[in-house]
Amino acid sequence: MDWNLFFFVVFPYISLTLFVVVTTYRLIYRPFTQSSLSSQLLERRQLYWGSIPFHHGVVWILLLHLLALVFPKALLLWNAVPLRLYLLEISGFALGLWALVGVVVLLWRRITVPYIQAVTTRMDIVVLILTLVSMITGVLTASLYRFGSTWFTGVFTPYLWSVFLFQPRPELVISLPWIIQLHLINNFALLAIFPFSRLVHILSWPLDYLIRPWQLVVGVRDRKATK
Amino acid sequence: MDVRTHMSMVFHLDKCIGCHTCSVACKNIWTDRKGAEYMWWNNVETRPGTGYPTQWENQEHFRGGWEMKKGKLNLKLHTRLEGLFKLFYNPSLPGLRDYYEPFTFDYKNLFNSPKKDVQPIAEPISMITGDPIDIETGPNWDDDLGGSNIYAKNDPNLEGLPQEVREQMNELERLVFNYLPRICNHCLNPACVAACPSGAIYKRDEDGVVLVNENDCRAWRMCVAACPYKKVYYNWNTGKSEKCILCFPRMETGQAPACAHSCVGRIRYMGVLLYDADQIPHAANVPDDELIAAHREMILDPFDPKVIAAAKENGIGDDWIESAQNSPAYKFVKEWEIALPLHPEFRTMVMMYYIPPLSPVVSVTERSLFRLDLMQEDYDFELFDRLDAARLPIKYLANLFSAGDEGTIRTVLRKLLAVRIYMRRKTVHGKVDSISRKTLAEAGLTEEQAIDMYKMTTLPKMEERFVFPNYHREMSIEAMLDPLTHKGEVGLGYIQQPKRGE
Repeated sequence: MDWNLFFFVVFPYISLTLFVVVTTYRLIYRPFTQSSLSSQLLERRQLYWGSIPFHHGVVWILLLHLLALVFPKALLLWNAVPLRLYLLEISGFALGLWALVGVVVLLWRRITVPYIQAVTTRMDIVVLILTLVSMITGVLTASLYRFGSTWFTGVFTPYLWSVFLFQPRPELVISLPWIIQLHLINNFALLAIFPFSRLVHILSWPLDYLIRPWQLVVGVRDRKATK
Repeated sequence: MDVRTHMSMVFHLDKCIGCHTCSVACKNIWTDRKGAEYMWWNNVETRPGTGYPTQWENQEHFRGGWEMKKGKLNLKLHTRLEGLFKLFYNPSLPGLRDYYEPFTFDYKNLFNSPKKDVQPIAEPISMITGDPIDIETGPNWDDDLGGSNIYAKNDPNLEGLPQEVREQMNELERLVFNYLPRICNHCLNPACVAACPSGAIYKRDEDGVVLVNENDCRAWRMCVAACPYKKVYYNWNTGKSEKCILCFPRMETGQAPACAHSCVGRIRYMGVLLYDADQIPHAANVPDDELIAAHREMILDPFDPKVIAAAKENGIGDDWIESAQNSPAYKFVKEWEIALPLHPEFRTMVMMYYIPPLSPVVSVTERSLFRLDLMQEDYDFELFDRLDAARLPIKYLANLFSAGDEGTIRTVLRKLLAVRIYMRRKTVHGKVDSISRKTLAEAGLTEEQAIDMYKMTTLPKMEERFVFPNYHREMSIEAMLDPLTHKGEVGLGYIQQPKRGE
């Protein structure tokens, strides 16, 4: 069996299919199961040192990855000035480290605190371990293979688009160092388990809170209509 | 005028005997589940005391309710943008320690223990981890002033009381307490609704019940922190917020909520209040000393033809208007003005009301004997002119029910006392004298009102205490579903199990 074909063509499509189909089903038909499943009520001190670094780090890292995927040219233009390139690389690396610290604390908390064990499922551990692998390989990539923000646009942007547009070009990633390949495969694994885990809470963006009225009133019947 | 309807409850605190039957009825129906063991949607606190969760009234710590800054009303918890940044960790959220760790006992050990020289015992175990625990606290740990050196002494409502009065309250001959049953106040300006980033909490239009849509809830937990009464709870098992639902399935079928129905002292009254929704923004945004007046102003007179016309204009049915006219809540809150909101200074515009308790008279020691601190000659008129001879300081009640305004409390207590004096003359002495009539007039009541108040307080029948309108649920089903399709279904159709998501 051609492992390259499996990991860089077949597996991405399996995980993307699961991600799109099952997530859509769950969003529409299983709304009760969507929750951030906060455990702050049970334990708060370690959560403070885990949740805040992890979330604030990972949100920015994900946005930067998305930026490189959608606006590669803009990113290259930004990186054209060395100072700006260093600034981006250093802040990306710092955010990654910050998130890594957070995920280590969260995993430690989940394994050792009895109150948290009471609400832990096997999937929670899988999610945390995959996230940890993702953070470690990401931070290693950033330190060993420098200026990822530039070469990403030449390697991953075309590769990912080729997958999205159903004309996969695995040759773009086959010859990459194994750490970077692991990072890629691991993230497709995260996508695959996404709909079956607490990760679905990532799709809750309560941005309308910024503009909605303070108070909400819902009637069984439309009062004005039944006048 | 935007007339709307609300189901409101009145608690007559003089009648509360602190038996916790309401709490148990509620617990058995609604919160006897995994993840909800620590919740008491209805609880009864001993006052002075720190309540449940401990020190819930201390908003410098928990940041609940609204605050008025430069004439504008804002959540004390956060601005909208801050709210989104605190999603990952909410520093104002009470922890399990602020409530208590739910426990049970290892009864199995009584049966399975191997043969020993000593009797086996059932060790206390945590209902969360199942591990043995040392029980340090529980709900009502300070019941009837138990441990008052820790609890009663730290009651936030003692704020503003002179130090010597505080110390006197610890002396044996001045010891005093009353009970404070609490449920969700189903506010008109609820802070929980305003704080929810997902918009999962809403107020029901027809009866004002504040509900959490658990399908929309994403466990950001802002509601728990924002509610100044700490009456929204987080279920650690399902990962959803929960709160008192005012037993709406019971109300819709004409029964009183379980807490009210089971009340042994019959302290609870329920009925419809009509209110003017246009006045809410104003009434929530006046200086502290005008809050109660503005609140009463917002409650509308259901006999006023203009109000009736406006209510019909808003689609409110005749039966609801009639129900509002017979409502005991309207009588206590607006007609007699003796029922007050709990902590109006939180500015959430609560719709559950309390009649403050008359407290016993202070006794003094004289040659090592106790005697009441009142003149012998006007014994009957006891406190009427000397409310300060009551053991519970007026200021304390004012901190609870009138944002610190003692005048409001004095007016209410004088009314209650005047009725008591008047009825005592009538039933014990056989005739009413001019002086008790004068007392009544001074308190601002007519004789008819006094008799009505007496009847409603002491002798009300079930249907006088609970006046429920018809909810017409059959019509609301028609609005959503074809009645013929619905005929073959049970209840509201298929509903998913409330199971924790992976």
